[in-house]
Amino acid sequence: MADTSVELFEPGHRACGGCGPALAARHILKGSGPDTIVVASTGCMEVFSTPYPESAWKVPWIHSLFENAAAVASGIEVALKKQGRKEHIVCICGDGATFDIGTMCISGAFERGHNITYVCYDNEAYMNTGIQRSGATPYDASTTTSPAGSASHGNRTQKKDMPAILAAHGAPYVATASIAYPNDIVKKVERAVNIPGACYIQIHAPCYTGWGFEGARTIDVAKLAIQTGLWVNYEMVDGDVEKVKKVKRKPVDEYLAEQKRFRHLFKPKRNDEEIAKIQAIADRNAANFGIDI
Amino acid sequence: MLQVLEGSIAVAEAVKVCKVDVISAYPITPQTHIVEKLAEMVAEGEIDSEYICVESEFSALSACLGASAAGSRVYSATSSQGLILMAEVCFNVAGMRQPVVMTIANRAMGAPLSIWNDQQDSLTLRDSGWIQVYAEDVQEVTDLHIIAYKVCEDHRVLLPAFVCFDGFVLSHTYEPVEIPDQGLVDKYLPAYNPYNMLDAKQPLSMGMYATPDYYHEFRYEHEMAMQRAAGVWREAGAEFAKIFSRDYSQAVEGYRLEDADIALVALGSVCGTIKDAIDEMRNDGLKVGLLKIRVYRPFPADDIKKALSGMKKVAVVEKNLSSGSRMLGIVGLEVKDAINDSSISVLSYVTGLGGRDIRKSDIRKIVNACNEGKGNMFSGLREEIL
Repeated sequence: MADTSVELFEPGHRACGGCGPALAARHILKGSGPDTIVVASTGCMEVFSTPYPESAWKVPWIHSLFENAAAVASGIEVALKKQGRKEHIVCICGDGATFDIGTMCISGAFERGHNITYVCYDNEAYMNTGIQRSGATPYDASTTTSPAGSASHGNRTQKKDMPAILAAHGAPYVATASIAYPNDIVKKVERAVNIPGACYIQIHAPCYTGWGFEGARTIDVAKLAIQTGLWVNYEMVDGDVEKVKKVKRKPVDEYLAEQKRFRHLFKPKRNDEEIAKIQAIADRNAANFGIDI
Repeated sequence: MLQVLEGSIAVAEAVKVCKVDVISAYPITPQTHIVEKLAEMVAEGEIDSEYICVESEFSALSACLGASAAGSRVYSATSSQGLILMAEVCFNVAGMRQPVVMTIANRAMGAPLSIWNDQQDSLTLRDSGWIQVYAEDVQEVTDLHIIAYKVCEDHRVLLPAFVCFDGFVLSHTYEPVEIPDQGLVDKYLPAYNPYNMLDAKQPLSMGMYATPDYYHEFRYEHEMAMQRAAGVWREAGAEFAKIFSRDYSQAVEGYRLEDADIALVALGSVCGTIKDAIDEMRNDGLKVGLLKIRVYRPFPADDIKKALSGMKKVAVVEKNLSSGSRMLGIVGLEVKDAINDSSISVLSYVTGLGGRDIRKSDIRKIVNACNEGKGNMFSGLREEIL
């Protein structure tokens, strides 16, 4: 069992108060422990945690580029094997780096089956560059490159199913988690780093500045995503879904209404048609994963 | 002992005696024979290296970066499109000061697609912060790898290097070559001793971002290392010469320059053709010589100025094109700047692009044009198809 009293992600970094990804980083390291090498992609977390010469990381940490963390991790893993070393290698990358620009490197690393754990902190857009849409942005979310307007409901595509894509690579362990349930993050990361092979964990990590809600509400908003069925926490072992977090589902309105990125669905008047489409996404999730109590 | 080996196989043998820990590469013509041979050596247990088959050149160099940061000696090889796909990682490896050594089997850049030789690929990455050396023949490219590791890993340097040789012209050509003895190489090039590395026992952060308060100084430190590399190369080359009796310590090398009026300047295998052409032109009474540039980065400006100070005219043979530049060639501009003497005419001749053979007669044409004061032009064009 991981010793959760040990803090390996130091306070004093430059994340916003109420930052979801910062909470994710803290609990990822509680799960992987001090014998961890972190490989980061370019993004919010890299920027708020390592402005030279300050670093929030009490474990070895490396950042190379936006899109190559999985390839850099591959090299580290092989070097460690050659040297007879046993540190865990954990990539911590945003959704832009994972769903979009880094997909080729990730696919290669998972195909080769390096002994790494790749964690995506998913805040559902490019937050570091100013809230542009990514492949992880949900349907109808308004971002700076998918703005809602008189001729647009916001983002036109649905969130890409990265966990399924990586499971299809033969990953022995794929899981989703949420910063609303930090102990669950610790458990899943600890499990992943102890399974040989390339494992994937996707952590829902709301960004209050990007999504437009009160910073004190980060955990509650993350919880609402799960309670509405728009985010599902589950584990897949060798491609089969095991444990799923079950909920007594609430209508998606409760999750959407408090976020500025979905405000256009409620003002000037409620857009029943679009909200029904989002409700259908939640219903499909519920049916696929059997989350309803 | 001399063996007759294909250039690519000789390079693989050089990598073997350098005892690299991790190899990562992606196949691209004309680099393929090198990485195939290395994969075979790994499969046969002839070398104690790990070989990572990746899905792109971009990942090949990224994996090398990771392995190097974790304290291993690493190797890659590529050409042309592969190198330019790596361009972003190239800047990163250099900025992170990882002593990666990479062979470039020089090839033209598309479009149009061409698998054949020129030097556009590596010269385009001139400013990416890597040491660049160019080999004239198979023996030289073999030996340059061993020296490159020695220089790159020196704690006064800590920079990566391209070891360039002309695709097909050298990579697929058989020449007599001596593969340096493993025992002697072990003495010359001891196991990699990283300056720092990723290690949970001594955590450090690598590749942090730098604000305007720090970035400028990072680049300055990089440049100081590059400048130190010139001296370290001379030192390492001299030590190599002592042990292996082949001397690559000089960044430039002259051929029949002492009494020459006209100097040709070139990089790579074309130097061999130029030397033969010079011998013929000398028989005809033309006072021509050659200055071969071996180390292109750090650029040996002082050596070039010294070697060419007595010339009347300098003709730079360019297997590259800096499109839209006044002299057309990348090398000529720098040679002209190094000489910095308006009494010496320095002209560039873009020739042999995309694998077009450069023959002795082509060299003679360049010399004739130079004598007539014509230059900064394409040479060897097929006028009939224009």
